Amino acid sequence: MTHPASAARVAVVVFPGTNCELDAAHALELVGAKPEIVWHRRTELDEFDGVVLPGGFAHGDYLRTGAIARFSPVMGPVGEMAAAGKPVLGICNGFQILCEAGLLPGAFIANSGLSFICRFVEVEVASTSSILTHRATAGQVLRLPLNSYEGNYVDPSLTGRVVLRYRDNPNGAQGGAAAIANEAGNVVGVMPHPERASEATLGSDDGMILLRSFIGAPQLESTRSR
Amino acid sequence: MRVKVEIVRRPEIADPQGVTVVRALRELGFGEVAEARFNRTIVLELDGTDPLSARARVEEMCRRLLANPVIEDFDVQVLEK
Repeated sequence: MTHPASAARVAVVVFPGTNCELDAAHALELVGAKPEIVWHRRTELDEFDGVVLPGGFAHGDYLRTGAIARFSPVMGPVGEMAAAGKPVLGICNGFQILCEAGLLPGAFIANSGLSFICRFVEVEVASTSSILTHRATAGQVLRLPLNSYEGNYVDPSLTGRVVLRYRDNPNGAQGGAAAIANEAGNVVGVMPHPERASEATLGSDDGMILLRSFIGAPQLESTRSR
Repeated sequence: MRVKVEIVRRPEIADPQGVTVVRALRELGFGEVAEARFNRTIVLELDGTDPLSARARVEEMCRRLLANPVIEDFDVQVLEK
């Protein structure tokens, strides 16, 4: 696929056990970005405007989800991008990794019903002040697939800013949090999968507005115009 | 030297496994069970013979990797052999 010179260059990180990188890259291409799949041993991401940590079971999810992945070499530059205000998005397991890395507050425990949840859920846009939601409308309801066992978000610090909220809270997440942003809004973790809701034939294309927000993030635009 | 680490989820954080086990025990007639909490135990075999330095090293391991400081505490016990 060819891209305009201005297409956002997005690194899609693969850890051993990641399994959603192709879906993420495909959906990012659909919204006009230029994704590149990169291995977790990589030590710099200088050429990229943004980064996505896709879903899966990084390092087998041994010990705790994301606990080993946070020490992968690529997490150094991911942290630098987060600090520099560049868009950093963790989806599902990627969200868990961002929490373990301390780039987002909180942690994950098993779903309150102890079942692996694999179905479409409805989420409501709770805040548009984030790289994932700035093109959406507050209160807008999106239909996204959820696919996780440890999606039950807990945040004793109460500092996680909810940007998407479950309508029926299927996993017991604190505050119904389906997506959390850091204070600056450039680091976001989302538990359901926007990249799997990228075409109507998949049952929903509601994830597109989120991915368009991500690749059209003002932080990313300013990086590229430099 | 053998060192035992117990990772304990803080009491204010829910334990969905524990809740489910309590329900199952009650259904089996153990109605007196009020709560069950799952901890994680890790037994480490270390080189060296100084229990004090072993404890310090293992506590550092807990802070860096073995426990999640957001929701867990840890207890380190040097097992004498």
